[in-house]
Amino acid sequence: MTVKKRIVFTAVAIICLIIVLYLSQEFMSSYYSRIITLIGIYGIMAVSLTLVNGISGVFSLGHAGFIAVGAYTSALLTLSPQQKEITFLIEKLIWPFNSIQLPFFWATLIGGVVAAIFALAIGWPSLRLTGDYFAIATLGFAEIIRIFALNLNSLTNGALGLKALPDHSNIWASWGWLLVTVACVTSLSYSSFGRALRAIREDRVAAQAMGINVFKHQLMAFVVGGFFAGISGSLYAHWLSTIDPRTNTIGIMLTFNVLIMIVLGGLGSITGAIIGGALFAFLSEWLRFLEGPMNILGFKIMGITGLRMLVFSSLFVVIMIFWPRGIMGRREFSWDGLASLFKRRDRK
Amino acid sequence: MDPKTLLQNFVNGLSLGSLYALIAIGYTMVYGILRLINFAHGDIFMMAAYFTFFFVTLTQLPWYFAAIFAIASAAVLGFGVDRIAYKPIRKAPRISALITAIGVSFFLESLAVVIFSGIPRSFRTIFPQFLNEMIILGGHMEVKYGQEVILGGIRFPIISVVTLIVTAVAIVFLWWFIYKTKIGMAMRSVSVDIPTTSLMGVNVDRIIGMTFALGSALAGVGGILWAVRYPQVWPYMGFIPGMKAFVAAVFGGIGSVPGAVMGGLILGITEVMMVGLFPGAAGYRDAFAFFILIIILSVKPSGLLGKPELVKV
Repeated sequence: MTVKKRIVFTAVAIICLIIVLYLSQEFMSSYYSRIITLIGIYGIMAVSLTLVNGISGVFSLGHAGFIAVGAYTSALLTLSPQQKEITFLIEKLIWPFNSIQLPFFWATLIGGVVAAIFALAIGWPSLRLTGDYFAIATLGFAEIIRIFALNLNSLTNGALGLKALPDHSNIWASWGWLLVTVACVTSLSYSSFGRALRAIREDRVAAQAMGINVFKHQLMAFVVGGFFAGISGSLYAHWLSTIDPRTNTIGIMLTFNVLIMIVLGGLGSITGAIIGGALFAFLSEWLRFLEGPMNILGFKIMGITGLRMLVFSSLFVVIMIFWPRGIMGRREFSWDGLASLFKRRDRK
Repeated sequence: MDPKTLLQNFVNGLSLGSLYALIAIGYTMVYGILRLINFAHGDIFMMAAYFTFFFVTLTQLPWYFAAIFAIASAAVLGFGVDRIAYKPIRKAPRISALITAIGVSFFLESLAVVIFSGIPRSFRTIFPQFLNEMIILGGHMEVKYGQEVILGGIRFPIISVVTLIVTAVAIVFLWWFIYKTKIGMAMRSVSVDIPTTSLMGVNVDRIIGMTFALGSALAGVGGILWAVRYPQVWPYMGFIPGMKAFVAAVFGGIGSVPGAVMGGLILGITEVMMVGLFPGAAGYRDAFAFFILIIILSVKPSGLLGKPELVKV
């Protein structure tokens, strides 16, 4: 397939996507369009973690930390000064944030940049470690970020969190940013930079011997991953309309959820990450019936809270044991792949 | 800080540290053999506290039966986790094992939410009340505002002393088990070289399972003592103590049991002292352990007593 054809196909696919999104926003209930928005947000989270954990061969457990940084930064910028006056009960918000208000796009972008700066500051010391030590160190940093968010009353409103964020995260914002994320991460991963990352993933020492600067490449991937995590954090916070610094929302639980997405989709595949994100968003809504009252064989049982997480975590362990490649493995979607799939069908 | 407060903090830090040590031993033993960070370890600690709580509530038997039951169940749980989740992926890359361990940890947490519900339960009624009373050494009685008040003197809860004694007994038992029994010898051998050990006719999988069981039993002891000290059980209680115990294990040199004990004690004492010296920073006490971890990992990743790991290409 020629390059020209591929570009045409991609353009047509994007236009189709825009039409589908437009139709879904026009004709679906707000509940469904919220879920479609969430799919986009989860997609960004999963793709950015894939760049770090799947492609560059380090294993970070600090994703929630960057998401939190992005969420807080953008929320502090989009809330109106009056709203902040009301929200910050314990201590007054410190200056620049107490008097400025920016449009959502710029707030999100700044959230991403701040998260990237955090990623640089965290990646610098941590990337001297490898393997599971790196995982624990990033987990530690994410936890430190959360604990600071819980205690810095004059910046984050402490344990009360931020509330009543403007409802800016719509389908266009989330899917638009998803498109940007996928475009960036894909082109990165197919450039010489991405090939170097894959080489490091397969064999660190051999890559080093070939003249690849392992530290620099991994740090770069980590920072880009952090940037998009910050973007997704901003979108997520404005989707939820609150930020709550407890473990269950922006703590290790969130990292775990993103980890489920990328493991489900196939660790190391960008396509897989999007599929995983969509499946996770869909399943976590669909499985809500588990937590409501049920009627099994004539017995009425009350809803059991937490059953969804149990399903997800057991699914996660089962995938790791029996199906470690996930849905896509390390394969990616491509037009050539699709075409050859159809050709094979025809021959049969 | 005056000497009395210092001593008081020292005793409390020592007992907190010995709890970290009890959990850290489990991490270090498993890591020594499988090079796996057993994330689920902190959740076994949580499960043991829940087992005690529900055993007493349901059977109305005295607490010592409950403690024995809970420690035995923790051991079985640890063994089971290894059999079901870790054994099938022994040959897989190390990072998959780590991901599985994270999954198991969340599985146990959500299981606890489903079975025991997410509401924190009070542990106060389970154990005899005297454990949380204060021991007062020295000091003198005075009448203030018509009430007898003890001034001066060192005071700390009885549970601090009990914790220290129980930990000491557990560590002596562990030492005896590792160095004086056949199974212990097999464990030491497995941690050095798995293929050779299996050629010697040792059932390696069984020994690994036993290691998990032993480590989990110690975490169970820690879980019960923790729940008496901070009298509340809830499904996520294992995360922070588990992570801190892991920090302790890394600090002491992961893979080394004496290192884990030492790391636990040092971490406990420094943590309590830090809060004592800077009461304003008490909110950050959980972050403190992670700071220590990051500093150790970047300065001396092999820890105090660990051997540096050589990687052959």
